[in-house]
Amino acid sequence: MAAKAHDIRRYPAFLWITLLCLFVLYGPLIIVMIYSFNDSVSITRWGGFSLRWYEDVFFGPEAAKFKAAAWNSLSIAVMAATSATMIATCAAIAMIRGGSFRGKSMTFALISLPLMVPEIVTAVATLIFFSAISFTRGYFSIVMAHIVFCIPFAYLPISARLQGIEATYEQAAQDLYASRSQAFWQVLMPLMMPGIISGFLLAFIISLDDFIITNFVKGAGIETLPTAIFGSVKQGIKPNIMALSTLMLMVSIFFVTVSYFAGKSGAKTER
Amino acid sequence: MPETDVNVSAARSDSPDAAPQSRAAVAIKAVRKVFGLPPAQVTALSSVSFDIADNEFFTLLGPSGCGKTTLLRLIAGFEQPTDGEILLFGEHLEGLPPNKRPVNTVFQQYALFPHMSIRDNIGFGLKMLGVDKSEIAQRTKRMLELIQMESFGDRRPSQLSGGQQQRVALARALAPSPKVLLLDEPLSALDLKLRQAMRVELKQLQQETGITFVFVTHDQEEALTMSDRIAVMSAGELQQVGSAKDIYEAPRNRFVADFIGETNFLDVTVEEVSGSQALCRFGPARLTCSTAGPTTAGSAGHVSIRPERLSLTRPSNDDDLVGTLERLIYLGTDTQHLVRLDDGTEITVRAQNAHDSSLDIAVGEKAALKIDTGAARLLVD
Repeated sequence: MAAKAHDIRRYPAFLWITLLCLFVLYGPLIIVMIYSFNDSVSITRWGGFSLRWYEDVFFGPEAAKFKAAAWNSLSIAVMAATSATMIATCAAIAMIRGGSFRGKSMTFALISLPLMVPEIVTAVATLIFFSAISFTRGYFSIVMAHIVFCIPFAYLPISARLQGIEATYEQAAQDLYASRSQAFWQVLMPLMMPGIISGFLLAFIISLDDFIITNFVKGAGIETLPTAIFGSVKQGIKPNIMALSTLMLMVSIFFVTVSYFAGKSGAKTER
Repeated sequence: MPETDVNVSAARSDSPDAAPQSRAAVAIKAVRKVFGLPPAQVTALSSVSFDIADNEFFTLLGPSGCGKTTLLRLIAGFEQPTDGEILLFGEHLEGLPPNKRPVNTVFQQYALFPHMSIRDNIGFGLKMLGVDKSEIAQRTKRMLELIQMESFGDRRPSQLSGGQQQRVALARALAPSPKVLLLDEPLSALDLKLRQAMRVELKQLQQETGITFVFVTHDQEEALTMSDRIAVMSAGELQQVGSAKDIYEAPRNRFVADFIGETNFLDVTVEEVSGSQALCRFGPARLTCSTAGPTTAGSAGHVSIRPERLSLTRPSNDDDLVGTLERLIYLGTDTQHLVRLDDGTEITVRAQNAHDSSLDIAVGEKAALKIDTGAARLLVD
């Protein structure tokens, strides 16, 4: 294909601006990843390749703390993502298949608003709310808060997927003697699955990575990975934090990739 | 006589002693459908009544927005009528959801389930009915044979061509042996060649299975070639029900005459009425017309004459229909003559290019229009 007049590659500084942006965005991450394999105690001087900080994460003095935090993060993320996905699926069906009802656009705004509200505001509000109803702060207050802020993240891919599924599929199922619930479970649900998986994984990652809200609503004595890392860093950055951060980054990249391909494979079976 | 068909079924549904109606596969009785809420209401159907006989290939024909698809969706159960009722072999359908109605639909875009194999698609209806597995396997196999796609059972819908998907959609809808098969413009997504082949196949399938087909289309050619009877609809109203021949040769009103095939309209004054014949005056000319409905002497009306039932001669009598030959258009099998009448009306005459059809009238000369006996039809308006 011949390059068109407006081909982006023909803009003079395109390459340099792109490289600059990529460097600013990913430079720090790459440095953290490289230095996680540093054999030295210093976080700035290279002392040769080693896996000692990874070993330190799993078996070092802070290992027990990280393990408990990781376990909390993981179990909270699974519960929050599962609940948020179920709620988001129901919301998407109501919004897209429910016909037009009063306050539909208002509802949509309410569902997506949490994406735009500054997280610190949500965090403070959630904290005040929990105090007001005297909800004991701890593991379950984190789960609750995570479910709530994960809903819009799960909602977006699910509703996008549902929007692409024509209503005639369910009508065809009902026409072929399927009850409403059979039509839902045997036709609509499998067709929505890529969106649901995508939404679940996105919610899972958002929950796993959350710091601000978690830090506000968690009680004393309970940590998730991000709050545990923050706690460690406050006493000075040790290279083991770099190793832990790299591990978390890998987990995130893995889930985001799976989520992307789930959405993509769904798009392929559609047509 | 086709024009009475509408009246007969309407009268039947109105009379209280219309007991034995189980004959009709589908009876549509004064069905009205209004969409939306009071300020922004749209009437999709305004009191439509007719019967569809058992084992009939029945077509609902009309331009888009005429209410034909709404009617189909009412029979399928996707919509509920605002007024009136629909009977299936004498049984009331009111309140029954689509899955409780023994009718199946072939959708316009097929709506094959993309996540299931062809075999599972075809077997879906039977599975939902609770038919046991070996029976489903057998019937599915038979359906695949019927549509000549035995080797495609394990494929996914996305791996099939448009024509194959169409056949699978048909098989899927026929597999549960519905009492009535509804087809919503199923051929519109296919290219011309395939569409023509499918017309023949569909008609054959209907005759083989003996199932009543209700076919929705906006394509008059499709309707004429396949249907036992056609209901022409426009603007939510039934215009005429009858065989292809009835509808083409004896249209009831201006809409039907204009929508089906080509025609010429003349604005005439009725002079005399006797039975189903009327003598009409157009300028100095007089035409004998068959009437499509009650009319009175002295009233104004429209006459429809098909172009192929007109021929040109040299003017001889004073009461001939005379005009100027303006143009000849050669179309291969026939030639189109455009004649401008003295009052400005343009008339199309179609003559077959058979052996000695050479016309001795040149462009610009006067010509008289000769109308075949029974070809002029006075329409109801």
